[in-house]
Amino acid sequence: MIKNRDTRLTIWLLIPVVLVLVAYVLYPSLRTFFESLQKDGSISFGNYQDFFVQESKTNLEALWNSVYISILSVLASALIGIPLAIIFNRYDFPGRSFFSTAAILPIVLPSLVGVMAFMFLYGESGLIPNAIKDLFGLDKVPFKIGGVSGILIVHAYTMYVYFYMTVSAAINKIDPSLEEAAFNLGANKFKVFWKVTFPLLTPAIVAASLLVFMISMASFSAPFLLAGGYRVLSLQIYFSKINGDMEIAATQSVILSIVSISFLLFMRWYQNRKDYRMASKGIGAHRSEVKNPLMKWVMVVTGIIGVLILLLPHFTILLLSLVPDGTWTFQTYPTVFNVENYRLLFEDPNIFKPLRNSLLMAVIATLANLVFGVIASYVLVKRKFIGKSFIDILVMIPWALPATVIGMNLIFAFNEPSVFSFGQILVGTFWILPLAYFVRHIPLVVRSTNAVLEQLDDSIEEAARNLGAKWFYTFRKVILPIIMPGVLSGTLLAFIESVGEFPTSVLLYTISNRPISIEIMNQLRMFNMGQAAAYGMIQITLIVIVLFISNKFFGIKAEKAL
Amino acid sequence: MASIKIENVQKAFGKTIAIDHLNLEIKDGEFFTFLGPSGCGKTTTLRMIAGFYYPTKGVVRFGDKDMTRVPPEKRNTGMVFQNYALFPHMTVFENVAFGLRVRKVSSSDLKGKVLDALRKVRLEKYSDRQVSQLSGGQQQRVALARALVIEPEILLLDEPLSNLDAKLRDEMRAEILRLQRDYKITTIYVTHDQAEALSMSDRIAVFNFGVCHQVGTPAEIYNQPANDFVASFIGEINLLSVQVKNVQQENIVVTLENGEEPVKLIVHNHTNEGELIQQNEKNLAVSIRPEAIRILDTVEKGTNILKGKIESVQFFGSVVNVMVDVHNVLLRVDVLNTHEFGYFYQGKEVYVQLPEKQLRLIPVISGDAP
Repeated sequence: MIKNRDTRLTIWLLIPVVLVLVAYVLYPSLRTFFESLQKDGSISFGNYQDFFVQESKTNLEALWNSVYISILSVLASALIGIPLAIIFNRYDFPGRSFFSTAAILPIVLPSLVGVMAFMFLYGESGLIPNAIKDLFGLDKVPFKIGGVSGILIVHAYTMYVYFYMTVSAAINKIDPSLEEAAFNLGANKFKVFWKVTFPLLTPAIVAASLLVFMISMASFSAPFLLAGGYRVLSLQIYFSKINGDMEIAATQSVILSIVSISFLLFMRWYQNRKDYRMASKGIGAHRSEVKNPLMKWVMVVTGIIGVLILLLPHFTILLLSLVPDGTWTFQTYPTVFNVENYRLLFEDPNIFKPLRNSLLMAVIATLANLVFGVIASYVLVKRKFIGKSFIDILVMIPWALPATVIGMNLIFAFNEPSVFSFGQILVGTFWILPLAYFVRHIPLVVRSTNAVLEQLDDSIEEAARNLGAKWFYTFRKVILPIIMPGVLSGTLLAFIESVGEFPTSVLLYTISNRPISIEIMNQLRMFNMGQAAAYGMIQITLIVIVLFISNKFFGIKAEKAL
Repeated sequence: MASIKIENVQKAFGKTIAIDHLNLEIKDGEFFTFLGPSGCGKTTTLRMIAGFYYPTKGVVRFGDKDMTRVPPEKRNTGMVFQNYALFPHMTVFENVAFGLRVRKVSSSDLKGKVLDALRKVRLEKYSDRQVSQLSGGQQQRVALARALVIEPEILLLDEPLSNLDAKLRDEMRAEILRLQRDYKITTIYVTHDQAEALSMSDRIAVFNFGVCHQVGTPAEIYNQPANDFVASFIGEINLLSVQVKNVQQENIVVTLENGEEPVKLIVHNHTNEGELIQQNEKNLAVSIRPEAIRILDTVEKGTNILKGKIESVQFFGSVVNVMVDVHNVLLRVDVLNTHEFGYFYQGKEVYVQLPEKQLRLIPVISGDAP
């Protein structure tokens, strides 16, 4: 018997947290690793040997392509994101605050929907290349995206936001007196920027680079729809699974995981090593107004054009969603517009079903995320116990693992009965998808809850207990109400991501529980882009509502949880 | 109302011992202060009384009840936290009502009690405000009302004034004293501010590095410090390390061996000095408060008159602080401003008298003795 009540309580809270993490994070990962060691009925590293020395080199090529694409994505995103962050946070000109908010617009686009928009905008029969062709009377479209360039452009569009946000935050934390000190010591503008400001931004830039690299490595939707035969590792896993080469899929998953996890570890190490945060008080925004009228208007016009480019994909989806099935076949541009697709969406049960499935499964997964996230985060932040860093790592694993790998892990773990699935086979049932969504978003909800719990002073809980409240009463009446806004904003984000989730869905769906993302893919295959775009619009609307609620009611910038 | 007994308590965090061999008895209705620099163990002790920490060894009693391992919610203490710890999602009224709701007080009683408590801290008009709309001093008073409304046996105050500005601090100091006298409640007050401790307390316990050095009334602590730490932590003090030469009934003769030739000083033999010498304490010093030293222009008849030279003069308003070099020792002398201090100037040769009854022989426990 443990004498101390608090210790006992910690243990009671830990049991479900550890169980869930072991059952749905650790065990599936280990199953995949075990599967990758199976070769012709015996256990060996044969599959790994094949991966690296295979004659056709497809796997090695895919690994190299993934790395290559990721490096280029990092460069492209950095080249857009860093200058934007510096301009918007250091210079003042008309519309600055509007442009700086608009700069995070790409977040308001689910990845699959975004890729679709880019296909219709800039692809072979895309609206922009054709418009230019007709406008200038060219014989051929002047450009088109596809393959590597397509993936890169989509990546740059969605991922520069990570650079933009981290570098903006870092710039605003720089104490202006540091730069003033450098000026005072005789440095010119150029020198101050390269010797003081930029070095202070490097931790943020490195962090964003690692993040973008990891996300690119895991990217699935863009290569899937745009690559046209260009092999990347995340896609190879899917093809191996479709072809039934499960052992190879497992091996590829393990190798992709190793790359991702080493990047995560490197990132953590780097962040602990280089910490330039300073405890200077009263750091104010520090922007110089653009005085030169010509420069000023150049900036405003560039800003407006930039916002239009950023919004084009959203408009494209909206436009396409108004094009009814079968009215846009051989024509260069669609001609008929109405709300037929939306009517069908709500009237045709077959078309409504994927939406219903997505919402239902996302609600289930998100509720589980909410309950699990609050308990896990409370234990991690407010309680002391041995093995905390191990739990911490388990929580972070689903964040480091590419979605494709999480899907494969669940397949290997639950395509046979196990204790953790109560003796059921989950693969091929309804429940496997909510489970996948849940696992995918564990880190998101736990981390956003951690952020609010860390802000909550321990003395608040102590005050309640000092006034006679038992732990559970304190938790219900004091802690939960205080942290709820932060928790909900993270949870809502998890919800909209679950609604749009594609990579795990494509590995695990069945006909009866097919979600929106799968239906979008099917409709695209049938060249019914109107219906696909209507599904996309529903997702965009959901995201806009959630961001609005988070900002308005919780006073929290939801994108911070990303 | 309750007395508190702390018997042989030790608290260790891992290998660090935060409190060792602590024995304290706090009387019913007493205003008792834990005084010490940060990290001295005073807050740890307070938290053991509140129940947020359990002692590694030893017993905590309220009255005769053993409370050592009773959880905080069953102790009926009212605590005011350094940062107030008001519940940010509740109004002033709801904050104060929290403890009563936990105790399932009927809603008619509850309202009366809360408003009564708010009236006592002069905040009855603010009951519907959100706590974030209040100033620091008002938040402080809400925290006090919240702690007092549950009619606790013991009131615990953890550096409650440290986040307030100087003027507000004076006001709240009076307010806390008034409430404590009203409720006649046993109160423990934790602070690192010696002025607060001296002016408010019935008794003070002085802590450093997890050890309680002295317990006594403010006057005892100030006038009869137990050792050089207590002496120098509270107020200003001159410490001269000395050798004992001769113990007599009335006086003790010591020598100050700092310059070329030893200087003889005569110290009145208070009771504890004799004990010190019997215990064979090697490391001894005489202490004297700056205001106890007299500055003379010429040699007068009397004991302990030494020749010196003024090093610096600083004007503080009510007091003039004169640093006098006596046999290579700098003595701090505080002279009341009598509007004619102009005759003190740097370089002037003067005589200082250290009255023998004001000199005290104390053990030096900190390594770097003066």
